[in-house]
Amino acid sequence: METIKDLLMILVSSSLVSNVVLSRFLGLCPFLGVSKKINTAAGMGGAIVFVITLSSGIAGAIYQFLLVPFHLEYLQTIVFILVIAALVQFVEMFLKKYVKALYQALGVYLPLITTNCAVLGVALTNVQKEYGILAGMVNGFATALGFLIAIVILAGLREKMACNDIPSAFRGMPSVLLTAGLMAIAFCGFSGLL
Amino acid sequence: MKENSALERLYNGILKENPTFVLMLGMCPTLAVTTSAINGLGMGLTTAAVLALSNLLISLLRRVIPDKVRIPAFIVIIASFVTMAQLLLEAYLPELNEALGVYIPLIVVNCIILGRAEAYAYSHGPVSSLFDGIGMGLGFSLALTCIGAVRELLGTGTCFGLRVMPDGYVPIGIFVLAPGAFFVLAALTALRNLFYNRRDAKGSGGTSEQKRGCAGDCLHCDVEVIDLNGEGKE
Repeated sequence: METIKDLLMILVSSSLVSNVVLSRFLGLCPFLGVSKKINTAAGMGGAIVFVITLSSGIAGAIYQFLLVPFHLEYLQTIVFILVIAALVQFVEMFLKKYVKALYQALGVYLPLITTNCAVLGVALTNVQKEYGILAGMVNGFATALGFLIAIVILAGLREKMACNDIPSAFRGMPSVLLTAGLMAIAFCGFSGLL
Repeated sequence: MKENSALERLYNGILKENPTFVLMLGMCPTLAVTTSAINGLGMGLTTAAVLALSNLLISLLRRVIPDKVRIPAFIVIIASFVTMAQLLLEAYLPELNEALGVYIPLIVVNCIILGRAEAYAYSHGPVSSLFDGIGMGLGFSLALTCIGAVRELLGTGTCFGLRVMPDGYVPIGIFVLAPGAFFVLAALTALRNLFYNRRDAKGSGGTSEQKRGCAGDCLHCDVEVIDLNGEGKE
């Protein structure tokens, strides 16, 4: 069984040391696409925290109780992607019906998450690293937290940058990529933590 | 060149609508696995194989797949090919498989593949779809190999594992680390922008597709579009 210390280690390493976007390059798509304003960035981050935590728990349970007993481990990619797609749809319907406030905050971002590679990435990493269900959920939560931190910081920087005079070739995407690169250097500093 | 002919499709995928530099699709593997030219090439060719085969199968099945459930059907087809590719790599190229790691199964969510299935294979015949897949796949491989070669050259002084820089060259280690990926891609995109800005200035304005910078979820692409050419909407 995992001890509290192990779980804390997973929390720190997944959220800061090997940050999901800045060092593992997962979920770059929303990171670059939805980071123009802090509000929308935070909404996206929140939706991702919610979905990844839930999906890593469910994917872990399916792997442990369905795929392993029947020796179907090689089907993990297909099963996980379908489970994630179904889960996102289900969560969206559930929130719409029962938790109106949360739906209004996260609703727009939910469908965008289905094909986000971070969600599938976390489920697969959990299997690779042989995390149990609890450790997998902690890892999922920490990864998503790292995403939230990174996207909010980037959105803040982009809001500041919006009125700067940037050379025309670097306008738009290249300047965002450069900013992300500098952030990645800053996050390298966390590697001393573990 | 004739529209939808095999040759036109190859040209379209490699140059005209290069998935990485023009459409800005599939950014995650582009940045993650390009620490060396050989890794970039391996990832590119694996994706190309999956893309070509899934395009072919989807095109053959396009009259059988009901319209409403086409996306899940595409995903199952793509995921099956990815699983096959993963098992083959594990058996025959274990080193490459080790180097690419979790990014091989993640080909499933590479939006180039789903994007081509939706945009091309589902509405065109099998032969041109197959060549569309091969063309796009080769374009992707080419882009990945380029980025990988630049990063490897600057970061370790080698190219495809061969030492090319003079002995006095001190490798700039950061280029094989995560930040280097962002810097190299930023520089390459800026170069492309420079080229297109000049062309636009000459009056042959880019198509809307060249401005598509969603770099992500193609199916629900109602995200604020990143403005590649820097003409802010606000």
